[in-house]
Amino acid sequence: MRFHAQVDVTHRPGIADPQGATVERALPALGWTNVSKVAVAKSIRLVIDAADEVEARSQIDDMCRRFLTNPVLESFTVTISELTPSGADA
Amino acid sequence: MTARVGVVVFPGTNCEHDAAYAVRLLGGDADLVWHRSTDLTGFDAVILPGGFAHGDYLRTGAIARFSPVMDAVGRFAHAGGPVVGICNGFQILCEAGLLPGALQKNAGLKFLCQTVALRVETTSTVLTRGATVGQVLQIPINHFEGSYVCDARTLSALRDDDRVVVRYVDNPNGSIDSIAGICNDARNVVGLMPHPERAVEDVLGSSDGAVLLGSLLVAAASSAPVSVVSSPVRP
Repeated sequence: MRFHAQVDVTHRPGIADPQGATVERALPALGWTNVSKVAVAKSIRLVIDAADEVEARSQIDDMCRRFLTNPVLESFTVTISELTPSGADA
Repeated sequence: MTARVGVVVFPGTNCEHDAAYAVRLLGGDADLVWHRSTDLTGFDAVILPGGFAHGDYLRTGAIARFSPVMDAVGRFAHAGGPVVGICNGFQILCEAGLLPGALQKNAGLKFLCQTVALRVETTSTVLTRGATVGQVLQIPINHFEGSYVCDARTLSALRDDDRVVVRYVDNPNGSIDSIAGICNDARNVVGLMPHPERAVEDVLGSSDGAVLLGSLLVAAASSAPVSVVSSPVRP
């Protein structure tokens, strides 16, 4: 089976997010004075072939822990959806 | 015996010639080692110099860790060979798991390029054996992601085991406990954000880095020869 996965990588609490901080400082200039807690995160998308969704998720979790994220600095969430054989969802 | 130092060059490394120059100035031999190399046999010490290895894509040091040479660096380190990571090299050693923790963006979110005062905290490492505890050195820093961070348990271990090698006298980047450099359990792998190779003669503004790299050369010359070949077959 083939799956599309989206990995969202966010800063752990206490880790600096200069892009988020800069965007938050800029928003009031356009009138949005009501915005807080802006965070700029990283999104990694990939397609993976695996026997089933459990296997796909397990492999992606492993990738995240060993390579895609640094657990000292970052946390992650994984969203998976099955692709149709024609790849129409891709 | 003249110490032979391998200076590893990744795509994007930019301090390799500074490191090699400093090693030679201090009486050692230096050879550049391309990151595709899988063999560190014949070297007495290894330096991972500063720069932006593999463009620092994904995270600083994250891709460099998979360069073929890093398997050899790991084996060299585990065999007791002296390994020093400077700046980006420190980040790579952390990503490779040879040192604990990570480097995050500087507090204040500014790229810092200035000379700072560093205090030597232990002389029981390959980089500081010729220095004295409490000695203050003037060494340049040049980084955006140099704020050392680790979990509380790691920090306790670093303190309890005397593994904080150098601290900033006036913490410029928000590093936890003002840590500028640390070593591994065996004390033969050291990572630090400041650049001692840029402070080895007075014309550079400071020669205080000489005691650090000089220590490395002494450690290298007295270490047993390490025969190291990466496990993956060269393509």
